Amino acid sequence: MAGRIPRVPVREQDPQIRARNFKEVCLGYTDEEAMLEARRCLNCKRPACMTACPVSVKIPFFIQAVAKGDFADAARIISIDSSLPAICGRVCPQECQCEGSCVMGVKGEPVAIGKLERFVADWSRENNVAFNATAPSNGKRVAVIGSGPSGLACASDLAKMGYDVTIFEALHKAGGVLTYGIPEFRLPKDTVVAAEIESVKRLGVKIETNVVVGRTLTIDDMFDREGFHAVFVGSGAGLPKFMDIPGENLNGVVSANEFLTRNNLMKAYKEGARTPIYVGNKVCVVGGGNVAMDAARTALRLGAQVTVVYRRTEKELPARAEEVHHAKEEGIEFMMLTNPVEIVGDEKGWVTALKCEKMELGEPDASGRRSPVAVADSHFNVEADVVIMALGTSPNPLIAQTTPGLERSRKGGLVATEEGATTREGVFAGGDAVTGAATVILAMGAGRKAAAAIDEYLKNKK
Amino acid sequence: MYRIVRKEVLSPVITLMEVEAPRLARAAQPGQFLIVRADEEGERIPLTICDYNREKGTVTIVTQAIGASSKEICALQEGECFTDVVGPLGQPSEFVNLPDEELRKMSFVFIAGGLGTAPVYPQAKYFHEKGAKVDVILGAKSADLVILEKEMEAVCDNLYICTDDGSKGFKGLVTAKLEELMAQGKGYTQAVAIGPMIMMKFVTLTAGKFNLPLVVSLNTLMVDGTGMCGACRVTVGGKVRFACVEGPEFNAYEVDFDEAMRRQAMYRGKEMEEDHKCKIGRGR
Ligand SMILES: Cc1cc2nc3c(=O)[nH]c(=O)nc-3n(C[C@H](O)[C@H](O)[C@H](O)COP(=O)(O)OP(=O)(O)OC[C@H]3O[C@@H](n4cnc5c(N)ncnc54)[C@H](O)[C@@H]3O)c2cc1C
Ligand code: SF4
Ligand code: FES
Repeated sequence: MAGRIPRVPVREQDPQIRARNFKEVCLGYTDEEAMLEARRCLNCKRPACMTACPVSVKIPFFIQAVAKGDFADAARIISIDSSLPAICGRVCPQECQCEGSCVMGVKGEPVAIGKLERFVADWSRENNVAFNATAPSNGKRVAVIGSGPSGLACASDLAKMGYDVTIFEALHKAGGVLTYGIPEFRLPKDTVVAAEIESVKRLGVKIETNVVVGRTLTIDDMFDREGFHAVFVGSGAGLPKFMDIPGENLNGVVSANEFLTRNNLMKAYKEGARTPIYVGNKVCVVGGGNVAMDAARTALRLGAQVTVVYRRTEKELPARAEEVHHAKEEGIEFMMLTNPVEIVGDEKGWVTALKCEKMELGEPDASGRRSPVAVADSHFNVEADVVIMALGTSPNPLIAQTTPGLERSRKGGLVATEEGATTREGVFAGGDAVTGAATVILAMGAGRKAAAAIDEYLKNKK
Repeated sequence: MYRIVRKEVLSPVITLMEVEAPRLARAAQPGQFLIVRADEEGERIPLTICDYNREKGTVTIVTQAIGASSKEICALQEGECFTDVVGPLGQPSEFVNLPDEELRKMSFVFIAGGLGTAPVYPQAKYFHEKGAKVDVILGAKSADLVILEKEMEAVCDNLYICTDDGSKGFKGLVTAKLEELMAQGKGYTQAVAIGPMIMMKFVTLTAGKFNLPLVVSLNTLMVDGTGMCGACRVTVGGKVRFACVEGPEFNAYEVDFDEAMRRQAMYRGKEMEEDHKCKIGRGR
């Protein structure tokens, strides 16, 4: 029976219309649609979806609950393993995780696990269903650095165990990448992100913004002066990379982080916000990840004509499949196998073009991955008045530099065990700060593991 | 939070404020800056830390009303609060790491242009207290734009005021005064120039004639101030640097001032073309 129902399509804003607004693209399932889609799940004995989930959400179990219309129970099942389902349902790369392994996908389309997760999370938020059993206070204090998914997840688990938790955030607003990076049209700030943060606060977690750890306070200060017993570092990977090609400092060249921060954190797109953003008419975005898609689609919504330049082929685009699909629907152009070699400017120092070379995929290397190689004498110019560099980010060294005994790996991440213990006693870490830029779900998972490790550590410490 | 405990109007367009920010005050060092937001819709505006009082838990900032955001800051009243104040940001002056006996052997000349007087003040005070020789050349367009004169006098050996129109002190540019002092054989061992980018560029040319070591503090555009956006990038010694984390102070002789000036005007120029209000970067 299940096999005969086609995947229930999810309602979306029309591409032409949404290309001009910042409202969420995907409108989500109705109750009936969700139950219909849930009925497609075969409730496998050995569910491949669950194995492929980085935090092992009990997928078939929650989907069965949805099929029965017991959404509260579905929410309860998800909450055992995930603390940010409304967010993960929206931003996880499901096609390489749960949905990529779903048996239904072998012959047809996989179960829409992400959309169902999102449905359940939105439903439970709208109906005020919460699973906040907290233990009595144990008097121990933990400092969490960074309010991104790793920090929020770590803080809420610790608060539930009875710890007194304070999150210290460098920016003026909590949420990490969820707030400053991922745009409104993919992840609504007020309804989803702010609501998640509120529910963490309701557990008793304090959030102190405007504290740059390493400058305003050091980790030593936290132990010696502010009376914390353990510290979790979830400071992310915020340093933007540039290409080191000529012309990168021309006016009109910005990092995707700058562009997105001006727009998302500082709300430059809104009437009345005073932070400026310069969009130009023709925007080139360099890169192929989620960050590149977000920057491109933001520029489009601000009125520009946008081209994404990527040096491999569409198959290798690291962005979520859905984002690439949406970007194309909205009218973003893609130039594949194209590598920028220089940014060209006018006599006043403003960008006029991106000079590129054609690439082709070379022989597979040991890992089987085919690296792009330049085609000789294939240079050409792409006209542009703004170039957005979305080449990835790396962890900020500030905390490691100001904390004796906290070691970094050669790639710049903090050295930490699987459980999150760093090289400094009482200091734990997880998320992008350890792995380099990765995903929300991995950061959340790392935050929760570290919470368990911190609990162990503080219980055993006399 | 971040309450303005004292406000003083230094000139029709320049305002001094002492703001409650205890952790920031405890950690601040000469050379560092902070970022403020006047209200919920406000821009993040970097301002240099002009003074700090660790006991009282306050920092002092000086703002010149130029664009919409800085006017908004100046319009805040004593007793009101900033929505956000974060810092200290950037590296402290490299000389704070010198042992006191080294510092006592040094002879500083600070060249302050306009609002640059504010960030020069904590450095002059610090090095003067440590026993270094400290002279200050303070430049302004006219007498009414000379700020912190008394405060500065108290923390240096000689204060030379220069005005463009001669309405106070020496008539002429700070570079002319610097040439004159060097010609008199003042024997400075270190110069520090803080002010408008264009002034720092010309001070660099003048100091270069005398092989006088010079540090400048770059007031680039900034957004986060923590290394996350790259809005503050400058070319120093042929390399791209983020002024907010690696600066704001750099060796003047390595700075690409022309690029820095062009980048500083990035939003200004475009906005004016589009007939928008000017939004300034670092309020100096
Ligand atoms: C534009 C963009 C789009 C993305 N899209 C997706 C997606 O679709 N799906 C997905 O799974 N992942 C996506 N990612 C990646 C994902 O957002 C990150 O992997 C995840 O947010 C990492 O979480 P985190 O908690 O480790 O760090 P972050 O979310 O980076 O949070 C770190 C926080 O720590 C703060 N901080 C840093 N240093 C300090 C300090 N010294 N003191 C105090 N606070 C500090 C930062 O200000 C920040 O708020 C995207 C990333 C970006 C930038
Ligand atoms: S693999 Fe697919 S069909 Fe099987 S349990 Fe998971 S979601 Fe259901
Ligand atoms: S201001 Fe954003 S990196 Fe310096």
